[in-house]
Amino acid sequence: MSAPFRTEEFLVNMGPHHPSTHGVCRFLLTMDGEVVVKAVPYIGYLHRALERICENRTYHQCLPVLDRFEYCTSMSCEYAFCLATEKLAGIQAPERAEYLRVIMLELNRIASHLIWYGTTSLDLGAVTPFLYGFREREDILDLFEMTCGQRLTYNYIRIGGVSRDIPPEFIPKLKEFIEKFPRKVDDYEKLLTENPIWIVRNKNVGILSKELALGYGVSGPALRASGVKFDLRRDDPYSLYDRFEFDIPTGTVGDCYDRYLVRMEEMRQSLRIVKQALEQLPAGDIKTKLPPNFKPPKGEVYSRIENSRGEMGIYIQSAGDSKKPLRVKMRGGSYNQLQVMPEIVKGGKIADLVAVMASMDIIMPEVDR
Amino acid sequence: MEIAGIFKYLYEKLASTGLSQAWVDIISYSVAALIVFGFLAVVALFLVWWERKISAHIQQRFGPMRTGWHGWLQTIVDMLKLIQKEDITPATADRPVFYWAPIVAFVAAFMAYVTIPFGAGLIVSDLNIGILYIIAITTFTIISLLMAGWGSNNKYALLGGMRSAAQVVSYEVPMVLAILSVVLFAGSLSMVQIVESQAKIYQWYIFRLPFGPIAFIIYLIAGTAESNRTPFDLPEAEQELVAGFNVEYSGMKFAMFFFAEFVNMFTIAAIGTTLFLGGWQGPWLPSWVWFMLKTLALVFVLMWFRWTFPRLRVDQLMEFSWKFLLPVSFANLIIAGWMKYSKWFNW
Repeated sequence: MSAPFRTEEFLVNMGPHHPSTHGVCRFLLTMDGEVVVKAVPYIGYLHRALERICENRTYHQCLPVLDRFEYCTSMSCEYAFCLATEKLAGIQAPERAEYLRVIMLELNRIASHLIWYGTTSLDLGAVTPFLYGFREREDILDLFEMTCGQRLTYNYIRIGGVSRDIPPEFIPKLKEFIEKFPRKVDDYEKLLTENPIWIVRNKNVGILSKELALGYGVSGPALRASGVKFDLRRDDPYSLYDRFEFDIPTGTVGDCYDRYLVRMEEMRQSLRIVKQALEQLPAGDIKTKLPPNFKPPKGEVYSRIENSRGEMGIYIQSAGDSKKPLRVKMRGGSYNQLQVMPEIVKGGKIADLVAVMASMDIIMPEVDR
Repeated sequence: MEIAGIFKYLYEKLASTGLSQAWVDIISYSVAALIVFGFLAVVALFLVWWERKISAHIQQRFGPMRTGWHGWLQTIVDMLKLIQKEDITPATADRPVFYWAPIVAFVAAFMAYVTIPFGAGLIVSDLNIGILYIIAITTFTIISLLMAGWGSNNKYALLGGMRSAAQVVSYEVPMVLAILSVVLFAGSLSMVQIVESQAKIYQWYIFRLPFGPIAFIIYLIAGTAESNRTPFDLPEAEQELVAGFNVEYSGMKFAMFFFAEFVNMFTIAAIGTTLFLGGWQGPWLPSWVWFMLKTLALVFVLMWFRWTFPRLRVDQLMEFSWKFLLPVSFANLIIAGWMKYSKWFNW
């Protein structure tokens, strides 16, 4: 068949400075008009050698570095590191500390999902939900601020406990938040879930099949949206997660719309966990005393937790005679989700690439370390 | 208080000075043009401020608050800033095209107001092909978008310009068909006669079941697309095209595009008011107040769309126009024609 006129594929460099690449991700796109023929992600623009930096610091000093691993959910990153270290050294945090950790982790998950909600809708052209999402995130950040003085990089969860107890005004404020947040989530859903434009932009766009997701090691909400009911909070419980009741939302198709629904439901479930944890919160110590020269015994450990973007794993190798870890390796969910993207955006429009990227909730510092 | 009387009085004064008719026409039309221009400049400034306020309140912000009472001076100050800015022309731009694009956009936006009746007797010129003239003139905007896209010599600007042209052309068709059903009933293309044919509230074309509301909705959707606003703001899709056709423009030229955009939005609302909402007619208040109230209400609806909807994808946009709006508007036109012919609902 001879073409009526000659067309050429052309290269488009999307990023690293582009409004919808969530930081500094760069895609080299081979385009046929508006259709993406091939997409190659280029990463590393935000590489800060975090793993190496950790190896030059004592265990306690590592925690602020972990905050910067993935700044949307700093609490989980700190917690993952603390969990690994505690496993290695055989430390048990007091019960109150564990409860506080769970509350903070889940609040942080909600805050992270709210950022995702805002930026996703912004990427698809709806400006207002962005501000709605950030409005409720503000309340959560206020709670964090009154507890640890920080709004983004908390350095709150410490090895053997948490840095300080919650102030007296924390609980009434949190109760108020628990009271109003379900209504707010309903508001978010009202704006987008039934919106026909939202549906045509997201339904059957960027379908991630179960096999592909498992093959690429995708985890977290993206995996659950593809229909795999896998959540480390239930399947490999850490902290006190086996004491709480919560559902694990899953999708069926694995398209952007499913990922959207799963995350919306996860916010509700996280709130449920916070509520239960607040009810059961015991009095007591918040910290296990550690020796001034804290040196975990020789050995290695890998521990994983369920982050808002998937499996967050920390591998630590300890020489036994040093205050510093011998080797630290971090695993974040975003990396795998970015790697699977070229497979699922192929043949779609460039606007679909934006939608898929938004729904995958990729955050570049986590990819680049 | 009807303003039309004042103008009539002034016109008669001018005519009685003994000048020849040609001079009287030249002077009166120039004055009318200046008045309309001044009025629209104020309206555009107001709309920019209003949009910022509305968006802010939809998003639970305050919006501009510092300059003047609730920031009402903000757009004026912004304009002053834009006038002072350096006028940058990209080195590789096609200079004449780049230079003329904002002017074409500006002029096309204002030309439509020749035949829009702002109130009883408040019309620059009651052309007997009024609505046809408006449709023809507003389409000039496409040329300016293409000129801006091409003249900038920038990939994003060109893509934005092309998208915009394709979009406006394809939404023009259902829009004209929706307008046509009204024209069919009014039996005239003159804007004044269209308004006069809806003297009572139940005669407003939006209330003439079943074709009226459908035509109005088609008109509103197509109008949103024509003025390149969300959910059809693809030419300016920030997430894909950075800023669209005006990416290379700065200073006063940018301000002119901006101005034209808001004037176009007002045009869409003004035509909608005239065709479907009874134009200037209403009880108690002066006619121009009614016209402004209805028009601003429609502008509010357009702004409301913008701040609550996501954006369509470019192929979905075209599909929606050609596969849905067009057949519906054709069917609607047939229904309207049948109603007119069978003398049903012919109140």
